Amino acid sequence: MTEALVVGIIVFTLATFLGYELIHRVPPTLHTPLMSGANAISGITVVGALIVAGSELGWISSVIGFLAIVFAMTNVVGGYTVTDRMLQMFRKERP
Amino acid sequence: MIPAPLVSIIYLISASLFIIGLKRLSSPATARQGNFVSGVGMLIAILVTLVDRAILSYGVIAAGIVVGSALGLWMARTVKMTDMPQMVTLLNGFGGAASLLVGSGEFLAAELEGQVLGADASVTIQLAVLIGAVTLTGSLIAFAKLQEVMTGKPIVFAGQKLLNALIFLTIVGLSVYQVLTPEPVLWPFYTVVGLSLLIGILLVIPIGGADMPVVISLLNSYSGIAAAMTGFVIQNHVLIISGALVGSSGIILSQIMCRAMNRSLTNVLFGAFGAQAAGSTRSAEGLTVKQMAVEDAAIQLAYARLVVVIPGYGLAVAQAQHQVRELAELIERQGGEVRYAIHPVAGRMPGHMNVLLSEANIPYENLITDVDEANSVLPRADIAIVVGANDIVNPAALEDPGSPIFGMPIIRADTAQRTIVMKRSMASGFAGIENDLFYRDRTYMLFGDAKNTLGGLIAEIKQELTAGV
Repeated sequence: MTEALVVGIIVFTLATFLGYELIHRVPPTLHTPLMSGANAISGITVVGALIVAGSELGWISSVIGFLAIVFAMTNVVGGYTVTDRMLQMFRKERP
Repeated sequence: MIPAPLVSIIYLISASLFIIGLKRLSSPATARQGNFVSGVGMLIAILVTLVDRAILSYGVIAAGIVVGSALGLWMARTVKMTDMPQMVTLLNGFGGAASLLVGSGEFLAAELEGQVLGADASVTIQLAVLIGAVTLTGSLIAFAKLQEVMTGKPIVFAGQKLLNALIFLTIVGLSVYQVLTPEPVLWPFYTVVGLSLLIGILLVIPIGGADMPVVISLLNSYSGIAAAMTGFVIQNHVLIISGALVGSSGIILSQIMCRAMNRSLTNVLFGAFGAQAAGSTRSAEGLTVKQMAVEDAAIQLAYARLVVVIPGYGLAVAQAQHQVRELAELIERQGGEVRYAIHPVAGRMPGHMNVLLSEANIPYENLITDVDEANSVLPRADIAIVVGANDIVNPAALEDPGSPIFGMPIIRADTAQRTIVMKRSMASGFAGIENDLFYRDRTYMLFGDAKNTLGGLIAEIKQELTAGV
């Protein structure tokens, strides 16, 4: 195992615990926006997609990169927008 | 090009913004701002990647970004709140697809360049591809079940578990072979991709419609883990951190859902719940239900002091959330109080019912999301109205050890002074079992589509009130 992998595993483990602490505090009322918001965050794969698409290794990497960007960006934009749409509906008192 | 340490710091900032964003989600007052903060983190991560990589051909990238953003925006703007489970499931699948593609892209790039992949890279690519593919096809099946383009009933066949185990072992075997073979070889890789896509389908088809809240949560978690694995492949910590956050979020939600049904995750995933007619020890034969005329129900509601509404998926199907609000307003105008008791698995994804009621302008402060709290309020209620819910109010969960839902925490609609159940027919709920509540002395049935029934009630109450003036 390389050191980079070990560091990655450490980061992954600590972030998992952090996630547990953070998400635990989210009230049930917000569980749906939490999921769509988390969905948007998992669209971070777009970073990997950009790297693949930009690697210029012929048409295969361009096609794969293009598709990966489309999927990841749908996740990012769709996720954040729909979460915002839901959250603006939550109000404390009747207007 | 930006110096590498600076790039890492910028990625760290973006990961921190995700964390702050999730933290703000712990209260409805700050949640919207939190979502925005998280979005800024994403924008920073995308921009720094574009600048840092000194990417020459922006054509493909720009096209991908435009198409993806447009598609996402269109979906987010047009989706109905009742269809939110489908939307989230589809987005989960897209996340999985992106990880699958990035993993494959890295593998094929190495193959094209004649690079030798290290064991680390090889293992992480296999995992990104496996988890990404399972998330993709699993989500598509879940989507099809939620959208009702395929049956919500569990699909089971003889030797199913054996087949799944064999496929899984083949995937593991081929992956090990690849890790031990330093040069990238194409055929085992393609086979792993194909089998991973297949196993995603096979894992979700035996899970019934009632268990979709668990499946959606779990797939959410998978999409996060797939992103984290992609982070290992491209050695980028922001992906690892974000993926881990999403991964633990999905796991927590699956746990909450399982606990709300008093079932283990293993039972949900492999139990094919609802496949056979349930073996309840009680039958409804010889029992009759009482119906109530809409006029009588209207009078009782108009003069009730405390009404508790217990919504279920039937409310979502009938899109009746706005009628519920209108009815509540009438009761409140008469000086009554209306609360909403929401079971964790009401609806088809965690928190779904809260979103629907918020859409109808019902303040979240009136929502009771804790089963125990709801049950302490209900005995004081003059009337409990069950709208399109079934299993979550079934007293068999408490009283009948032979019932498949025995032990599940339920909302005690039966403890209110009177219970009015709005239902389309006497058909049983997802779990396919009889509900004793409908035959109780203090229970009255109002049959019909929830929206029409509520509309009728509203009209009657209005008439009653104007007549009374």
